[in-house]
Amino acid sequence: MEIKSMRFKANASASLADMVLQGNLKNAKGKFVTKRAESLKDLDDFEGTRDAAVAIRNRVIDNLDLWLERFEQKALDTGAKVLWARDGAEVCRLVTEIAKSHGVTKVAKSKSMLSEEAGLNQALEAAGIQPVETDLGEYILQVDNNEPPSHIIAPAVHKSLNDVADLFHKVHGTPRKTEIAALTREAREVLRSHFLSAEMGLSGGNFLVAETGSVALVTNEGNGRMVTTMPRVHVVITGIEKVIPTLEDLATVMRLLPRSATGQSIPNYFSILTGVKKPEERDGPEHLYFILVDSGRADVVGGDFHAMLRCIRCGACMNHCPVYQTIGGHAYGWVYPGPMGSVLTPLYAGIENSIDLPHAATLCNQCGVVCPVKIPLPALLRKLREKQTERGLRPLAERIGLRLWAWAAQRPKLYALGARIGARYLKWLAGDSNRIRRLALAPEWTLGRDFPAPQGKTFRELYAARRREPEPRKTR
Amino acid sequence: MSFREDILDRVRAGLHRGATRTTMGREEMFAALSRRSHGPQPAMDCDPHALLKRFRLKSEALSSTVDSVARQADVPATVARYLTMMNLPKSAVAWPSLAGLDWAAAGLAVEGRGASDADLVGITGCFCAVAETGTLMLCSAPDTPATVSLLPETHIAIVRASRILPYMEDAFALARKELGSLPRAVNFISGPSRTGDIEQTIVLGAHGPYRVHLVIVED
Repeated sequence: MEIKSMRFKANASASLADMVLQGNLKNAKGKFVTKRAESLKDLDDFEGTRDAAVAIRNRVIDNLDLWLERFEQKALDTGAKVLWARDGAEVCRLVTEIAKSHGVTKVAKSKSMLSEEAGLNQALEAAGIQPVETDLGEYILQVDNNEPPSHIIAPAVHKSLNDVADLFHKVHGTPRKTEIAALTREAREVLRSHFLSAEMGLSGGNFLVAETGSVALVTNEGNGRMVTTMPRVHVVITGIEKVIPTLEDLATVMRLLPRSATGQSIPNYFSILTGVKKPEERDGPEHLYFILVDSGRADVVGGDFHAMLRCIRCGACMNHCPVYQTIGGHAYGWVYPGPMGSVLTPLYAGIENSIDLPHAATLCNQCGVVCPVKIPLPALLRKLREKQTERGLRPLAERIGLRLWAWAAQRPKLYALGARIGARYLKWLAGDSNRIRRLALAPEWTLGRDFPAPQGKTFRELYAARRREPEPRKTR
Repeated sequence: MSFREDILDRVRAGLHRGATRTTMGREEMFAALSRRSHGPQPAMDCDPHALLKRFRLKSEALSSTVDSVARQADVPATVARYLTMMNLPKSAVAWPSLAGLDWAAAGLAVEGRGASDADLVGITGCFCAVAETGTLMLCSAPDTPATVSLLPETHIAIVRASRILPYMEDAFALARKELGSLPRAVNFISGPSRTGDIEQTIVLGAHGPYRVHLVIVED
């Protein structure tokens, strides 16, 4: 997917000015938050479960090479084929080759964020193969001129009922419906024929199970089951970090994933798929391929951002993020929005291509508090800011400013003089109101709020004055 | 193969792999695989009656409907009553493993086979059920095809009370014991299919069944 994260400020401003979008965001805001909080009540030991999940994810990523080899061996034993891709272009090439080798003309897709990363739909279309998104949200976006998703769990969260009603009326050529149930039924009927006619099903993978060589899929709609049951070829595209050791570990993580994502104690369908159809079986794919994708993940292993590989893609961080709630997902400019996206986009799509994202956070740590695998997202965002500075990627004015400040800060007398002048200047600027309406050097800061003015004396002056005063008399 | 080696080599470099660290890592891995330790599980009264009660409550909370009968032989009549009440057709596709029940005596035309798009009612059993969340565990096999619980608009599932287990971990342990290895498809089913993709409003019947009806056999 083309990265548009360098236009973050312009995108965010456009989102803020889009009244329809603001209405949709306001409507969605809080629904996920309330449901999550409610669903956590029936876990007696949420913290203990989180700690267990952290240990499970760490166990894998701390020995990722070994777990990958183990998963691969097990998957091969079941009759699956295992392929590896270093980047999105290789994903596209492999999927197209598999499709052509099996004479595939249509691919039914369950949700895969990695296929978004790779821009797979465009590649398939270019090869003359029809990709059909079957998750309702993804389908809505696909028929709306391939609009990108704005949320990893609820891709069309930015759209209203009216938007969808207009869209289906236009695309399906049917009378305009305004009931959500009727619109869902319409999509069901359109997509059912695709499930039955597609020769290839394509899915992401919520987890890969090393014990059994299986892929675990979480869906509510049943489209994940459809694309892995009806077509004769099934291709799984998944990141190399998604391995889970045992089925017991899967059970532990599944106590957290649906609750953190949608506030469900369990998704409607949780499928564990192992190997291919046996000759005497009536359904299931005859061919199963795993494409294990790097796309930047291997280089994150063992480094400053290692903890990010624990992520289980629940979306709780964006649901709770005040910035995401205000600007929506599109402003982030790539596949993953919200706090996790502000970490993943620089790591996978280039730190130089997403300069504003690590700053698109208040560092309030709501994301860190709700993360089911305790990823310290604010710390990682700060680390990315450091990396930007180290690599000289910050704007010239900021770089000069910081260098001047550092020079002065190492000269205490000069610094004290500067602070004295600055404090008095700001007091003078504020006048009687004690508030500054517009800061000349940071006009954006005072666009929506006043800057409280200093009282005229610096901390050092006040401290020195107090030292000169007699010690308060001790009373017995 | 070169992509594979290139990716694994960079993972190894990140982990500062040497011979010793590899051996240690491998030992840790095999220990974890054989230990199969559980995470914390929510407390539950594991008495069979309590499990049955919890399973019922949780299933109903997931928008399934629940009936119960004393014996397996009573199932067809109960299913017929449900279909009449819901104004649904009296013909159904069922798992071949259930074709032996006397469906005709209850006035039902039931065929044991895999489902097709035209089938409106699908009848299945289940490998076991999980009381923690009100979930069915279905395992695919020639006699228990996965399509029957997926394509029809109505899914009726027969659940033997003695197969209701407390936790998902217990279901996995039972599968290892009775099946040896996992079948091609293990499907944990928790109520009718649903979507919240339009304005986070939950609608039942996305791509799978609109309704799930459970018949518990209290054997």
